[in-house]
Amino acid sequence: MDTQLVIALLASILANSAPLVIASVGETITERAGVINLSLDGSILLAAMTGFAVAFVTSSLLLGFLAAMVVGALVALIVAVASIELRQDQVAVGFVLTLLCADLSSFLGNPFVRKPGPAVGHLPIPLLDRIPVLGPIFFDQNPVVYLSLLSIIICWLWIFKTRPGLILQGIGERPAAAFVRGANVRLLRYAYVLVGGALVGFAGAGYSLSVKLGWSYHHTYGLGWIALAIVIFGGWDPLRAAMGAYLFGALGSLGSILQGVVPGVPTQVFQAAPFALMIVVLLLVSSQGLERFLTLFPPPIRRRLSGALRVAPPAALGTAFEQE
Amino acid sequence: MGNRLYTLLMGLAPVLLALALTTLALVAVRASPGEAYVNMLRGAFGSTGRVADVLVAWVPLLLCAAGLLITFTAGLWNIGIEGQIVFGAIFTTWAARTLDLPTPLFIPILLLMGALGGGFWGLVAGALKAYGRVHEIFAGLGLNFVAMAFTNYLILDPWKRPGIASTSGTELFPKAAWLPTFGGAFALGPVEVALAVAVTVLVYLALRGTRWGLELKAIGKNIRSAFLMGVPTERRMLSAFMLCGALAGLAGTTQSIGVYHRLTPAISSGYGYLAILVVMLAGYRALWIAPVAFFFAAANKGSLQLPLQMQLDSALGGVLQGALVLFVVLMQGVRGRVASRQVDVASRQVDKEQ
Repeated sequence: MDTQLVIALLASILANSAPLVIASVGETITERAGVINLSLDGSILLAAMTGFAVAFVTSSLLLGFLAAMVVGALVALIVAVASIELRQDQVAVGFVLTLLCADLSSFLGNPFVRKPGPAVGHLPIPLLDRIPVLGPIFFDQNPVVYLSLLSIIICWLWIFKTRPGLILQGIGERPAAAFVRGANVRLLRYAYVLVGGALVGFAGAGYSLSVKLGWSYHHTYGLGWIALAIVIFGGWDPLRAAMGAYLFGALGSLGSILQGVVPGVPTQVFQAAPFALMIVVLLLVSSQGLERFLTLFPPPIRRRLSGALRVAPPAALGTAFEQE
Repeated sequence: MGNRLYTLLMGLAPVLLALALTTLALVAVRASPGEAYVNMLRGAFGSTGRVADVLVAWVPLLLCAAGLLITFTAGLWNIGIEGQIVFGAIFTTWAARTLDLPTPLFIPILLLMGALGGGFWGLVAGALKAYGRVHEIFAGLGLNFVAMAFTNYLILDPWKRPGIASTSGTELFPKAAWLPTFGGAFALGPVEVALAVAVTVLVYLALRGTRWGLELKAIGKNIRSAFLMGVPTERRMLSAFMLCGALAGLAGTTQSIGVYHRLTPAISSGYGYLAILVVMLAGYRALWIAPVAFFFAAANKGSLQLPLQMQLDSALGGVLQGALVLFVVLMQGVRGRVASRQVDVASRQVDKEQ
């Protein structure tokens, strides 16, 4: 098989999956803090529209990305306030926001439909892109891809290797215990929700400014829902979530190749494939089949495996915490 | 007296806030809010024909909302309802294309096929939840997209129009498979209105007056306790999904034999998701879903004037609907916090006096 082709394919997977990676990592942080931001599909749409519209009007990509991050953070803030202050069901508020933000993006984005606009430029890193194989894949990309890779590393290190990250895990698992040990659960939840929301907003802008340029009806088509599923699939671990995102991205890229190779299969199979895959992976991680599969192994290996394949959500996910 | 004023303000606040948001959106795209609202009102109520069109949209909304009452009672988020509408339409289309019957016999069979189709797709979502432990939101969503893709495939390949495969839909159904109308230019007919009303009443009675309804309620409140009390939770949840799917399938049937007279990609028109909002706004109460659904149908139809008259996107109707539900939910929370603070103050008073 032509190595150049494989390298080009891997590079394109990395580029196309970058927004999904960033959104999944951002939502992982939010959910680790105990808040489900179900509005993801709507807020990514709204952020994508905002990013493109602002970049179009101001001819500044930076302003576009910043505006999108603000939008993403704002929507996440509404979910946070509704949950933390107003004790409402996060799922209900998130769902309404999904529809509301989607409609807002359609309405406000109408003047920008199918207008050609700015795009993120290519930015190869001078020396590193000469490395054989890895160079063209990781270091011959645009800034959004670099930021996506950075976000995975920083998030993973933060959650698992720092003290604040340990507190973050505590807030999501047992906020009462974290509170007793001195953590300001309320404030920290807000902070992490805002950070996660900003990342989601950035992902939206990344989509409309580097992956699928411009703005159109249903522009990000289901991206937010896939990101939410990837967080579950990733076991609330940013590294695993990123793998899930690349898996979905690979499916998208392979889809366009396979379509040419296998002419008999209707295009709609490839349209539906990401979502069918979403159900299959969730089935794999949620059903009891996995646990039964693990019992086939002796205890030491089983322990290692179940740690890697962990799927239990943060115990306090979705609940409100009354901080007296 | 102050209390009544407070309650009134609290009730009006979401409406005012929602209108404030839509007004802001209109200003942001440099359109006149007054003109937009007038156009929307005219679009929904400007003539008897237009009101009839609102009722045409009201029927599937009401059918779906009635079905969602069942799943919400069981504590389930049946987001897959869009796909269930679509599958009802798919089964109906198959029957309309393969069978050849006189109208009085054809229509009930088509309705039955729609219920079967929707019930089938609901069963898939329910099975994924009950046996695969997949959260019904993701199962439903994934199935929605799969149903959409399947519809597109059917329209562009096996059921395509002879000659031109068009994304506008299959060829029209035979006249015998069309729902009868009230005559004239009305697209509204007696069958679907009667069906929607009857279904709503039946769902209300079933949820309140049967053991099955009570068991669903128990599952919704605390599934573990219900299980320990002997409620067959898996079977009941499956029945909830199937029944809601069947009703959504009926909506798909009325859409395909009453409105479009063929299968199109937009057959569900987002009525499933909108019905979720309807039920939320109606406070999950059966008596309120009919008027709320009417209001939402009116907003839908009214907003269709915006692209025609003002070059705006018709999604403003959706913005109004979503904003309304959002602010109602938020105000609910505000009221709760204010009330609990009053309780705090009152109890501190009592402590002081003692």
